[in-house]
Amino acid sequence: MSSEVSVFQNVPLAPPDAILNLNTLYKADTFPKKINVGVGAYRDENGKPWVLPVVKKAERAIVEDASLDHEYLPIDGLRTFTDASAKLILGKTSPAVTENRFAGIQTISGSGAVRLGADFLNRFRKAPVYVSNPTWGNHHDIFKDAGLEVRTYPYWDAEKRGLALQGWLDTIKAAPKGSIFVLHPCAHNPTGVDPSTEQWKQIAEAIKAGSHFPFFDCAYQGFASGDLDRDAAAVRFFVDQGFELLCAQSYSKNIGLYGERTGCLTIVTKSTELATNVRSQMCKLARASISNPPAFGARIVSMILNDEARFQEWTVQLKVMANRIISMRTALFDILTELKTPGTWNHITDQIGMFCFTGLNVNQVKVLRSEYHIYLTDNGRISMAGLNQSNIRYFAEAVDHVVRNVV
Amino acid sequence: MLAARSLALCSRLAARPSAAPAARLIAIRANSLWAGVKQGPPDAILGVTEAFKADSNPSKMNLGVGAYRDDQGKPYVLTSVRKAERSIQDLALDKEYIPITGVPEYNKLAAQLAYGSDSAPLKAGQIVTAQSLSGTGALRIGGEFLARWYEGKGGKKIYLPAPSWGNHTPIFKDAGLEVAQYTYFDKKTNGLDFEGMVKDLKSIPNGSVVLLHACAHNPTGVDPTPEQWKEISNVMKQKEHVSFFDMAYQGFASGSTVRDAFALRHFVEQGHKVLLAQSFAKNMGMYGERVGLFSLITDSAEETKRVDSQIKILVRPMYSSPPLSGARIVKTVLADSTLRAEWLEEVKAMADRIIAMRAGLRGHLEDTYGSKREWSHITSQIGMFCYSGLTPEQVDKMRKDASVYLTRDGRISIAGITSKNVEYLAKAIHDVTK
Repeated sequence: MSSEVSVFQNVPLAPPDAILNLNTLYKADTFPKKINVGVGAYRDENGKPWVLPVVKKAERAIVEDASLDHEYLPIDGLRTFTDASAKLILGKTSPAVTENRFAGIQTISGSGAVRLGADFLNRFRKAPVYVSNPTWGNHHDIFKDAGLEVRTYPYWDAEKRGLALQGWLDTIKAAPKGSIFVLHPCAHNPTGVDPSTEQWKQIAEAIKAGSHFPFFDCAYQGFASGDLDRDAAAVRFFVDQGFELLCAQSYSKNIGLYGERTGCLTIVTKSTELATNVRSQMCKLARASISNPPAFGARIVSMILNDEARFQEWTVQLKVMANRIISMRTALFDILTELKTPGTWNHITDQIGMFCFTGLNVNQVKVLRSEYHIYLTDNGRISMAGLNQSNIRYFAEAVDHVVRNVV
Repeated sequence: MLAARSLALCSRLAARPSAAPAARLIAIRANSLWAGVKQGPPDAILGVTEAFKADSNPSKMNLGVGAYRDDQGKPYVLTSVRKAERSIQDLALDKEYIPITGVPEYNKLAAQLAYGSDSAPLKAGQIVTAQSLSGTGALRIGGEFLARWYEGKGGKKIYLPAPSWGNHTPIFKDAGLEVAQYTYFDKKTNGLDFEGMVKDLKSIPNGSVVLLHACAHNPTGVDPTPEQWKEISNVMKQKEHVSFFDMAYQGFASGSTVRDAFALRHFVEQGHKVLLAQSFAKNMGMYGERVGLFSLITDSAEETKRVDSQIKILVRPMYSSPPLSGARIVKTVLADSTLRAEWLEEVKAMADRIIAMRAGLRGHLEDTYGSKREWSHITSQIGMFCYSGLTPEQVDKMRKDASVYLTRDGRISIAGITSKNVEYLAKAIHDVTK
């Protein structure tokens, strides 16, 4: 090569992804009592990943069906999947559904749905994007890479260890008209703190007053409370209030499909014609990034959502996961109470979903890692799924120690 | 002004309970956030399939989409793939997220298939790989990476052959690159305008990024000869251009994965730091499972680390991590010597059927129907597609008169031809060209 200097000479080394790096560190650790409460993936009572039985059966049926091939899906994905997915979040009796003014686009799980929505907004309705402080780290990067300006709204009140509602409402009021607000409809990541029904009413009112646009990111429908309808309440409320909105849906946690990357971007507009137009523009964006989405995971979800028996089986297994998480919250609270660990700990049982914002500071987190081989993110977030009856006492005692001894 | 006023009037009218539906619709449109979103045009290629489906003529033929069909005109799931799929079921693996840029074993096997296991940069760790959403995803990763980091004199721009796959332009534009063209197809000969191509490559600024179809050019089927590839490599070197190969048909073009990778491997041997988009859609029939690989040859193991870290930073906000099932299947086939051998035979069989259909079509045109036109390009072109030379008007007429569907650029997907309908197609083509 005649040129001596590489064209990539100036590409700097980037730091590894914080959350995924934790996994790497955990795997390399040989300490027998190590605990991984980093990545948000469900673990069973024995700390193992759980492929839902209903998923295994659907998979086998698909692989053994000689009439199925691997042909391309349409650009917007498997329609039996996306229609069922949109109806799952919106509710079958939603006015958006009965008036046929919705559309579902199959995406690469929730991440892909958020990105597709972000790219669409950047092209057709550019405005500042407000994400919660804190939020899932990747939200910032997704909207930024899509070309949008990212701002934050207050969310976590560190003193109360709860929702910073007034700060949030004030920010909505002060935001430029027509801003985009990214909302977690349930099981907020990373805090686990969700607004109450009454609080959602206030938030919706403020968003409407500012003519802002709601973009929901729903990664835990059914996984939070165990009840699919309850976890969808915020989204449905907004639709009932007449909002147009986007909702990113993921089947990573609630159907345990993680690496299959199965998701849907559900769109609610004011008319069938508009939904059709928006769908066509989403397809243009998707065609230039992935052409069409992967079939396998979508087929699994379609089989489950569209068959009554499979659907019922799924809801039972979904409750198993949600209930195990809830029981771990209760157990952790009980042990910390028993140990008389300084501070208040009811936020552990007040919060919901995969994650708990413990309130531990970064120094305490570092000691948990170095001395106790317990892996969690610097912001004190733990994935409840990483706890079980065998390790919860060890975990609680470690927390007790750092609370008492590390400033 | 007038339009706005009448719109406002409609809104007021529409607010009345007795408003006519049309007025209400206009009002709804005006108030919606998406009022400015126009209906996007239908995808040209996929639109052909839609029209085909709606046609009730029993002799209809779909020569649009580039997906392989067997001699019965049916999609073909490779036997080696079915075996791999079923064996995977028995392993009861989990579905945990795979790494952002894929599972090392898959990446390695895919890269080895493309570059050859004895490839020097591979052995020296001078390659960055990322499992991708098939070829499209790999092209997009490359495009985004270039738009963000390329500092070559040619700028953030990519040159595509004229013509190229229709989706190349939107992919690279959306990635943030400017898109331009270089001379490629010669309409007069239905072959390669080699002189024109070399002239353009020499005249564009030094350090330009150039997209090359590794084999089985889409849509023309026209590939440079090995000698021509060598000369192209020399010109690219002199001009310090960066080669971005799109290889969607390795094995599928000639029947040999080694032969089809000649251009890529020659360039690498010559020291080009190539980018590569690889697809398993056609050669393993993985189409809808979206399995591919993006790779880039670096200067050193140290550069590999830096580039790899930035690729991850780029991919995470796109979709976090790639889908695991399709890649598992491909990995299983490539890693198992029996399945791999079976796969290579199946790829050859698919390529052979395509080659046979080309010969059949040309034969019928020349002998059965005595066409006076030149049809040698049908057999000199290679791969899934044939740039027939038919005009848009002739294409439209074939659709109307014979229910034969293809894109208006005259591109025929040879896979849509079977031994039962090859003569019918020859007649249809003859009828519009005689």
